[in-house]
Amino acid sequence: MPDAPESADATDDAADDGIEAGVDRPGGSGLGAAAGAESPGAPDRVAMRVWRGDPGGGEFAEYELAAQDGEVVLDVIHRLQATDAPDLACRWNCKAGKCGSCSAEINGRPRLMCMTRMDELPEGPVTVAPMRTFPIIKDLVTDVSFNYEVAKTVPAFSPVPEPPDGYRMQQVDIERGQEFRKCIECFLCQDVCHVIRDHEENKPRYAGPRFFIRFAELEMHPLDTNDRRELVRQKGGLGMCNITKCCTEVCPEHIKITDNAIIPMKERVVDAAYDPIGWLGRTIMRRHKRSAEEAAAGGQ
Amino acid sequence: MSEYESHQYDIIVIGAGGAGLRAAIEAQGRGLRTALICKSLFGKAHTVMAEGGVAAAMGNVYPEDNWKVHFRDTMRGGKLLNNWRMAQLHAQEAPDRVHELEAWGALFDRTNDGRITQRDFGGHRYARLAHVGDRTGLEMIRTLQQKAVSMDIDVFMECKILRLLPDAQGRISGAVGYWRATGEFVTFTAKAFVLATGGIGKSWMYTSNSWESTGDGHAMAIWAGADVIEMESVQFHPTGMVWPLSVRGLLVTEGVRGDGGVLRNSEGTRFMFNYVAPMFRAETAETEEEADRWYDDHANNRRTPALLPRDEVARAINAEVKAGRGSPHGGVFLDIASRRSAEYIRRRLPSMYTQFKELAGVDITATPMEVGPTCHYMMGGVRVDADTEAATVPGLFAAGEVAGGMHGANRLGGNSLSDLLVFGRRAGIGAADYAEGRTGDPEVDGAEIEAIVAEALAPLGRNGGESPYDLHRDLQETMQTLVGIIRTGPELEEALEKLGVLRERSENLTVTGGRVYNPAWNLATDLPSMLTVSTAVAQGALARKESRGGHTREDFPAADPELGKVNFVQRQTDDRGPDAPIIVSPEPLPEMPAELRQLLEEGQ
Repeated sequence: MPDAPESADATDDAADDGIEAGVDRPGGSGLGAAAGAESPGAPDRVAMRVWRGDPGGGEFAEYELAAQDGEVVLDVIHRLQATDAPDLACRWNCKAGKCGSCSAEINGRPRLMCMTRMDELPEGPVTVAPMRTFPIIKDLVTDVSFNYEVAKTVPAFSPVPEPPDGYRMQQVDIERGQEFRKCIECFLCQDVCHVIRDHEENKPRYAGPRFFIRFAELEMHPLDTNDRRELVRQKGGLGMCNITKCCTEVCPEHIKITDNAIIPMKERVVDAAYDPIGWLGRTIMRRHKRSAEEAAAGGQ
Repeated sequence: MSEYESHQYDIIVIGAGGAGLRAAIEAQGRGLRTALICKSLFGKAHTVMAEGGVAAAMGNVYPEDNWKVHFRDTMRGGKLLNNWRMAQLHAQEAPDRVHELEAWGALFDRTNDGRITQRDFGGHRYARLAHVGDRTGLEMIRTLQQKAVSMDIDVFMECKILRLLPDAQGRISGAVGYWRATGEFVTFTAKAFVLATGGIGKSWMYTSNSWESTGDGHAMAIWAGADVIEMESVQFHPTGMVWPLSVRGLLVTEGVRGDGGVLRNSEGTRFMFNYVAPMFRAETAETEEEADRWYDDHANNRRTPALLPRDEVARAINAEVKAGRGSPHGGVFLDIASRRSAEYIRRRLPSMYTQFKELAGVDITATPMEVGPTCHYMMGGVRVDADTEAATVPGLFAAGEVAGGMHGANRLGGNSLSDLLVFGRRAGIGAADYAEGRTGDPEVDGAEIEAIVAEALAPLGRNGGESPYDLHRDLQETMQTLVGIIRTGPELEEALEKLGVLRERSENLTVTGGRVYNPAWNLATDLPSMLTVSTAVAQGALARKESRGGHTREDFPAADPELGKVNFVQRQTDDRGPDAPIIVSPEPLPEMPAELRQLLEEGQ
């Protein structure tokens, strides 16, 4: 059994549920014995343990370099690339928490490297590992194509016809949708979700938290006409989520994935499937919505 | 053709930011087989970082707004160096393009009567920017991305394109690149190519741009023999973060000032009142009281000087810092804390709040921000036909930041997101029309592909050369110190000399490790683009012996009316490629019709 994560922070749930390091695969854990055993010495140095490897296996490589004021983990990775480890692979783009490229597991916790300041991490070596839920390409880079495949299965937004003077929506009616649309597709919620984290076999029948908020956003969109509730139940595997809220805890955009998207969607899906009177009422009230079959088949 | 993986389409769009996505949507919608290629993951392009909003004269907040006022603001902001026809099409079509996004699922912030609300921004006479808090770019890219997915457009992610390839008649017909994940090479052939590769900021040390902004499209167009214009016109956004050093250059949206924030120096003075150029004097407030009243009442007050166009504000900040009135970390203060409630700031500027809180430990609802200029946007680029976005080489189109002309010498905030939509769509139409009229399958020369592949692989097989990271750092230092916000002739000449040396050093790079997702190798293959584009910027800056918009010459501080009538065009003639010289020549701007010229003079 690998070392348990030491960070006693908000993701303890996540850690308990999902993080079990394999043998030749980086775990989410990794804040190893070294962290507790040896102090990093002078505060003007930082010690890094960065997972290096490929689909065939790998291990944590240790680096030490000068500390610099105000740096985030991604800065240190960049300095390593420019010096000791020129071929160290990682993704990044905006370096401002807006694009969701630099997802990794830092001291066992799924986070954005660009928004994790070095000086907020506990003393000791900082462990950086790739997201565990997705296949390794190299070092910190994983194959996240699963998410792009799921995206293709979500039937598109399909609005009511536009009135002559344009669509009208009240701010209050779109605020929930706007919350979900803050999603930067970092896929940390997918990474931490125990349904797929160590269960590859669930991936074909589980959309994951990122797409539950996508379904919820469309479901709650004032102008949309597609009804995707049966689809998210049958093909999206919404029922497999047992609301441990790990996704909410790791979301860098602080989207209340579980409370505001998944639980309301579960209620709406159950209503649609098992409450014929309620269903009849809503069908009359919401006659714009198309059925799940139409939505799945029609796409648009 | 060759042993490499190959794909054939009707239309290939290189770059999957706003412009590329919008072009691909249009082309695929015409029934043509279209593919998008991007260097990063899909949905991560630089558009995602746009914050304040998309400019469109919808008149939802100020009914008196219309395309003519937007056209006027854009031309004046660009110091009249804009391609007038592009500025006209842009102002006329932007409202439809924004409404279209709403029909595709975008959720813009609303007015009380349920329409899209609009915010004030620099250089725009009326509140004109449709927005979603301060994450408008994310909303736009996600909307376009989801639309593209629903249309089954093929997307090739993490694929770096190295070079465009002509056929025997000189029509652009192919492209060669490699997959970042495997390092394997790949070729694409198509009847038309659209460049939508964005900007060039990564050649400067302090920039708001991501690693992708290496000017690949600008460089590939030059190497393919296409004209580029206005390469000297680089925008330094006035408000980038200055501290901590690791985030220096990171963008602070103009929306802070649009929503009431003001700039102060170390003495607490709102110094922008001292930097109002004659061109803007008549419409700018002279007192703090008038400026503050303007936020709520545009009709009876003149606009705050805090919202002058970006070139004006950036120069003013630069001057204040130089005069010793800067902030502790070498910027000035951007203060919204003392002027708006904490609740208002968090609601209107949520990502600015987070960015400062998490990266600088600063609470912007309580403390002023420290800001300073950062390399942000390339006005110059591929010379295109205003209506079709066709480059001067057949089969090639360009839209968005990689195209030149639309913004003249300085871009107004909010006009880039609208540019992406208007000209992305037009490039899609232009490329589709061209592809439909083109006969025969596109064919390219296999020997040329081999040469490009060999060149790309060279650093991997070389021992004892230097690191691409070192070369990149030296390039950034050269551009930052010698081709920055304030320029002089001798410094530009020195820059060109140094760029020549850097070019020679780039022939001797060594990359260790393999081809699989190797960032050192990726950087080595981006450096030729950066060197070509940097050279073009320095050459253009040396040629334009005046100060205009984003281009400021300390040795020629005034605008020269004669130079205001020309574009500096750059192209490679006989020899082409990273090693070949680029020729600079002044050419007259397109003649503006009298009725549009009239609009520029109104309201002065």
